[in-house]
Amino acid sequence: MLEKALTGSNRYWGWIAVLLAFMAAGALSYVQQYNYGLGLTGMSRDVSWGVYIAQFTFLVGVAASGVMVVLPYYLHNYKTFGKITILGEFLAVAAVSMCLMFILADLGQPMRALNVLLHPTPNSILFWDMIVLNVYLFLNIFVGWVVLTAEKKEVAPPKWIKPFIYISIPWAVSIHTVTAFLYAGLPGRHFWLTAILAPRFLASAFAGGPALLILLCLIIKRVTKFDAGQEAIQKLVTIVTYAALINVFFVLLEFFTAYYSNIPGHMHTLDYLFFGLHGKGQLVPWMRVSTIFGIIAIVMFLVPATRKREDTLAIACVLLFISLWIDKGIGLVIGGFVPSPLEEITAYHPSFQEIMITLGVWATGFFILTILYKVALSVKEEKMIS
Amino acid sequence: MDIKRRQFLKIAGLSTIAGIGAPAAFNLLLKGETSPVSYASSGGSAEASHDDAPAGVRLGMVIDQKVFDANIGLAQKCVTACHTVHNVPDFGKDNKKDAIKWIFEVPFEKAFTNKSHYHRNAHLHDSDFLVLCNHCDNPPCVRACPTKATFKRKDGIVAMDYHRCIGCRFCMAACPYGMRSFNWRDPRPFIDQTKHNKEFPTRMRGVVEKCNFCVDRLARGLQPACVEATGNTGAMVFGDLNDSHSKIRKVLDENFTIQRKPALGTQPSLFYII
Repeated sequence: MLEKALTGSNRYWGWIAVLLAFMAAGALSYVQQYNYGLGLTGMSRDVSWGVYIAQFTFLVGVAASGVMVVLPYYLHNYKTFGKITILGEFLAVAAVSMCLMFILADLGQPMRALNVLLHPTPNSILFWDMIVLNVYLFLNIFVGWVVLTAEKKEVAPPKWIKPFIYISIPWAVSIHTVTAFLYAGLPGRHFWLTAILAPRFLASAFAGGPALLILLCLIIKRVTKFDAGQEAIQKLVTIVTYAALINVFFVLLEFFTAYYSNIPGHMHTLDYLFFGLHGKGQLVPWMRVSTIFGIIAIVMFLVPATRKREDTLAIACVLLFISLWIDKGIGLVIGGFVPSPLEEITAYHPSFQEIMITLGVWATGFFILTILYKVALSVKEEKMIS
Repeated sequence: MDIKRRQFLKIAGLSTIAGIGAPAAFNLLLKGETSPVSYASSGGSAEASHDDAPAGVRLGMVIDQKVFDANIGLAQKCVTACHTVHNVPDFGKDNKKDAIKWIFEVPFEKAFTNKSHYHRNAHLHDSDFLVLCNHCDNPPCVRACPTKATFKRKDGIVAMDYHRCIGCRFCMAACPYGMRSFNWRDPRPFIDQTKHNKEFPTRMRGVVEKCNFCVDRLARGLQPACVEATGNTGAMVFGDLNDSHSKIRKVLDENFTIQRKPALGTQPSLFYII
């Protein structure tokens, strides 16, 4: 089936070329980072994780969100999602691939990455994260490919694939829960040390991921003959809206606990992120943009007129995606390091190479996504013609 | 015939998978049982953790701030001694980004973040306190490390294997004291060659490092470098916390001491006389 990715319009090849250019630029920057060390990034002794780990955390959410189309279709027999489950699964594949690349990009000694397997350490959450992410990657490639092959041959998917599909549903929840546990179990970091981190991760994931999926469906509708259908998209909108509202609720709970208890450690990072701490507020503009975009998006999802029109819906999805990306892909990880355990405030500015590597990994992810979607949609288009 | 063969192959296949998987899974469980954490924690309930110390040797240190206050420059001598002995690179005072520190001086409110209040006495305002790895009895860094590159020895020292560290920096996020440093770049050009200690390894870029209580010097019957630097002032006392006749226990019995962030349950092996 992969050969279907080798034929395409000029526009398709143009897009592939753009992605390859970013991938090449990222690879060049990575060579520099590999030779110099991670000092080439903006990270420091105090802010020891930066955009790489933040992107990783955000993308685990995008990967997990695939379950939002898989679950209604397979557990509730919601047939409308039948057409787009493959899009959800392949989005998960691309997202997990990016996660693994971001982890590798962040390692000081990437050549030793397999030490995690050579010296398995069950008390480390990173060990479990490695397991759940790789299994989730396998499950989605496997299920997606088998079901698509059956679709191509115009037969029902084999029965033995069902257990893999059912396992993939709680597995999606597990990847983001374990990723939240990376943070939520660390004793000295008040901002992360909260039991609601895992639910909050899931809520924001189930809002941001399907929002991206809606955007992808709208783009696909324009560039191919495949249409996900108004009903499927509107059902995704419902999911996004609920998840986004639950996420806002969870964030407000964090604010209540911090500010009503008035415990300094609980307030510091929120102060730093949203209002500025001791006059330092590097991320304040970002977090305010995130807040405003989030509110506008939710209003647009709630108002029928803006929700039903494709152009306004697309804008709402973009705004929400940016809002959640800032919240998790910048604020959550970098904010957690401020103040440091010695209560010092250190600013973090990603370097040029760091940004290029980040863009390169995103481009690689979209490259994988493009190839997989091209294959899946070619199969679907063939069927529509015949 | 065909069906039988298929069934046979199914059973054979499944039992092979089980055969391959079982020892590995069993091994993992065993390893989990003997992981550093299981003997690192003193375990026990909230009440027990206040007085029950684990059995066996547990090395610890008392820092007497009164002596450091009376001997200006002594703390810096400790820092220099440590960083020289361990080939800690010097990136210059202004380079906070690459900084590697095993032991350093900070003001009271940074060392003891949860103990500051409006009306501290003057000496708490003016003096700087030495901070270093606490060699916790229940170390969060050991819990976080995915490769056992940082581990707890039976004598209580939290040590590092620089050759196994993958540089994920999970331990840095996990340490509630900010005592871990990462080699953001090749440290070797920043080691003063005239003072290079050939008896201790230099590190390569991409690995984490921190105070190791001079585990190599202890093996040779020497005191930790910082303790040695304080001479006979008594500013630092090092010894076995579980030996009721040790000097450190005598000091702990006779003085009121505090620890950094005791509420986190990490059980530091470092004590401060204020």
